[in-house]
Amino acid sequence: MNTISAMNFVVDKENKTVKVDRSFNAPLDLVWAAWTQPALLDQWWAPKPWRAETKFMNFEVGGRRFYAMVSPEGQAHWSIQTFTSISPQSNFKMLNAFADKDENPELPGSEWDLRFSEQDGITNVSITIYNESLARFEQMLEMGFQGGFTMGLANLDELLKNL
Amino acid sequence: MRRDVFQAIADPTRRAIVLLLAANAMTPNALAEHFGSSRQAVSKHIHILLDCDLLTQEQRGREIHYQINARKLDEVEKWIGQFKSQLTKQFAQLDDVLEQLKTTNQ
Repeated sequence: MNTISAMNFVVDKENKTVKVDRSFNAPLDLVWAAWTQPALLDQWWAPKPWRAETKFMNFEVGGRRFYAMVSPEGQAHWSIQTFTSISPQSNFKMLNAFADKDENPELPGSEWDLRFSEQDGITNVSITIYNESLARFEQMLEMGFQGGFTMGLANLDELLKNL
Repeated sequence: MRRDVFQAIADPTRRAIVLLLAANAMTPNALAEHFGSSRQAVSKHIHILLDCDLLTQEQRGREIHYQINARKLDEVEKWIGQFKSQLTKQFAQLDDVLEQLKTTNQ
């Protein structure tokens, strides 16, 4: 079980990407459904005790998912995903951005590329998260501030888009 | 409106301000010069950062210097460190959802 559910997690600062690999003990069609149907997404997308609430989701190229991460105190943090490419049961890409409650995105967001593949009933999901804004703010920081915090922020951008 | 620290650093300019101030306490003018934007624009961001206790201000003579509230930053760092464990948690939840789906489908 551990070997299946082990998560591979790599921060590639040079390419401004985070790569996450995870296998699930379920056939491809179910895993694909769990990532692309709002009723299923809302069951797992938010780490408890937070909850995810999808207001609408049009899973088609150019379509959007507008959802909130709701804190235990009831505070909603909205996000918008825009689907830019879909190959059913194989791959989809989306732009992920924070938003206000009126669906206005706070750009720039991050670009997600998700690949799905099945082998012997085990489905692997391979996620690449690219973030342009990391480069942006690093350019602004030519004064050479170094350290763990800068590195941490590389992760932070990704996290923020997901909370 | 009470803001939280994560909302504060969701903006790239504010993240850059935080990083600059982590190196040195600075005046609003010095900050504005760094961004090539108006003092007014930077001031808006500073107020948001002050609102969530990410910055503290100190009066030095006639000038105000802003600096990072390290205690609050620790909170952020701790949160960053939780990225992996959070994903792990989300995916464990997905495992459960998939188990249920498999049962329903049979």
